[in-house]
Amino acid sequence: MSADMRSCGVGLAVLLGVVVLAVAIALVSGAYPLALSDALGVLLDGPGAAGEAGTVVWSLRLPRIAAGLLVGMALSAAGAAYQGMFRNPLVSPDILGVSAGAGLGAALAILAGLPLAAVQAFAFGGGLLAVGCVYFAASRVRHHDPVLALVLAGIAIGTLFAAGISLVKVLADPSVQLPSITFWLMGGLNAVRPDDLAVALPLFACGLAPVWLLRWRVNLLTLADDEAATMGIDVVRLRRVLIVCATLTTAAAVSIAGIVGWIGLIVPHAARLLVGPEFSRLLPATLLLGGAFLVAADTLARSLATVELPLGILTAFVGAPAFLWLLARQGRPE
Amino acid sequence: MKRRDFLALAACLPWLASRAAEPAEPGLHVFGALPPAGRVARVFAAGAPAAVLVHAVAPDKLMGWPWALPAPALAMLRPQSRALPVLGRLAGRGSTMPLERLVALAPDLIVDAGTVDATYLSGAERVHRQTGIPYVLIDGRLADSARQLRQAGGLLGADARAETLARYAVAALAACERSDDEARPRVYLARGADGLETPLPGSINGECIDAACATNAAQGAGALARVSLERLLVWAPDAIVSQYPEFVALARRDSLWQSLAAVREGRLFLAPERPFGWLDGPPSVNRLIGVRWLRRILGGASPAQDWIEEAEEFHRLFYGHVPTRAQLVRSLEPA
Repeated sequence: MSADMRSCGVGLAVLLGVVVLAVAIALVSGAYPLALSDALGVLLDGPGAAGEAGTVVWSLRLPRIAAGLLVGMALSAAGAAYQGMFRNPLVSPDILGVSAGAGLGAALAILAGLPLAAVQAFAFGGGLLAVGCVYFAASRVRHHDPVLALVLAGIAIGTLFAAGISLVKVLADPSVQLPSITFWLMGGLNAVRPDDLAVALPLFACGLAPVWLLRWRVNLLTLADDEAATMGIDVVRLRRVLIVCATLTTAAAVSIAGIVGWIGLIVPHAARLLVGPEFSRLLPATLLLGGAFLVAADTLARSLATVELPLGILTAFVGAPAFLWLLARQGRPE
Repeated sequence: MKRRDFLALAACLPWLASRAAEPAEPGLHVFGALPPAGRVARVFAAGAPAAVLVHAVAPDKLMGWPWALPAPALAMLRPQSRALPVLGRLAGRGSTMPLERLVALAPDLIVDAGTVDATYLSGAERVHRQTGIPYVLIDGRLADSARQLRQAGGLLGADARAETLARYAVAALAACERSDDEARPRVYLARGADGLETPLPGSINGECIDAACATNAAQGAGALARVSLERLLVWAPDAIVSQYPEFVALARRDSLWQSLAAVREGRLFLAPERPFGWLDGPPSVNRLIGVRWLRRILGGASPAQDWIEEAEEFHRLFYGHVPTRAQLVRSLEPA
């Protein structure tokens, strides 16, 4: 085993420890007063644990922690895949308009007064629709680099859907619907229920499994298209698979958590610092770090004040300064 | 401008602002010269609370609705009110009514009701300066409903009608028997399809709770906030009220919500939202019946059956039209 691989293994082990720590802290913190020993007792009693403490641990905290892990992993992995694919470290999972599309879908469903499940379904559908539009628009562009065409189409369609969100906000009843739309757009895991996870989990699996299996090939996308082609890679097809997977996971994440920014941009960077840019190592590190980061952010969101702090705001407060720090650090010669 | 002039001007600004904010009478801010009440025939309501107030006091003078009412809400109003156009609202940057169109519509008076702060006052003054149309801002806390109704009646030449409505408001908001906070039931007002959005104590959206001699079960201070079910377990409200049928349906069949005693023991109540919300939305005189309803159900009365006649009376008084029994029954217990 080379020293390089050993340091990578150590890095991953450390990250796994961080995840376990974040989950443990999340499990014993919250509004409901529950001592560490009580929480452990309820955990050992199994999912049927009686009383309010059982409900709090098994039906409220654990699903929320699981959702935090999944959403954090999904957004970070999608970010890492896109950063590799677009050969640009500054892109995030919503570069192709998935968040704006999901936001518009959710806003429309809230405007129409639809029930919760429909709001989530509309958000998911809106995200897929936006990326579908971007892919279609980019495929019509003949005279530009295909990656650049995707990014530009993503910006244009994202702006279009964002304008749609603004329009819905103007039309919404300001005292009834508008606050709901605003809260949804700021993100949060407070409404996550066990049945949401049952729906989202297969979507996450379908999106993440191909990225995991293709992790060796993603490295080749950092080469120019013709160079990658000489190495036997069907670049167009690989790119399409990655877009479908990243969109699926991001849309599923956004549909249960609302718009949670920055994590998909910042976590791959931090992971790259720990294990290097090689995608087959970057991906597991990104997954672990993303899960831990979001669980930690959500623990803060539900315990800093008597009311919930929007998750999107917290991740931005942490993410933006960290991002600036990384930016300054990377500019320095080693 | 020299620096000294600028400093002098800057020093004057607070004074200018306070001059503009000087109310004509308590809770009433007037920009421009008011036309005589008898000559006011066309009133533009700047927002939803003002529209409900004007519609209650002088329905024939309201030029249009500031927002698009859903069809089931319109169906519960008088035919003339159903036919009113949707004109848009005036709310600074959030305005959907262009000032040019406002000038073309030439209302005799612009009426706004609701929150009064420096932003709204300066916005009102700017609209008046730009259009020349007199602008009235009525401070709209629920507890002052009677005053607002009388003021609106005075402005719109409908004193007699306004006095009748104001008496209803006085009766609905009669002083609470139990003044000590300890004895008051603690009520959680659930908003949104998931019921996890709520007005915090002090918010205009939760005023109906205090007016109904209860205490807001939520803690903290501010406007609207999101909370979690775990937090609700800690707050353990005595009762939960909501205007969202989809939430109430969810909570009644959901095992997680059943872990709250209020839900388990049947103290989750659905308030009608049509034509205007009984608890909130818009925060205007439509809440007066909600206050009576809330006082009664918190006292242990049946939430639905006995309310048809009470609702008929309120509709006749405040909306000038009594919907069919079927409509009222549906609004009281949808689904």
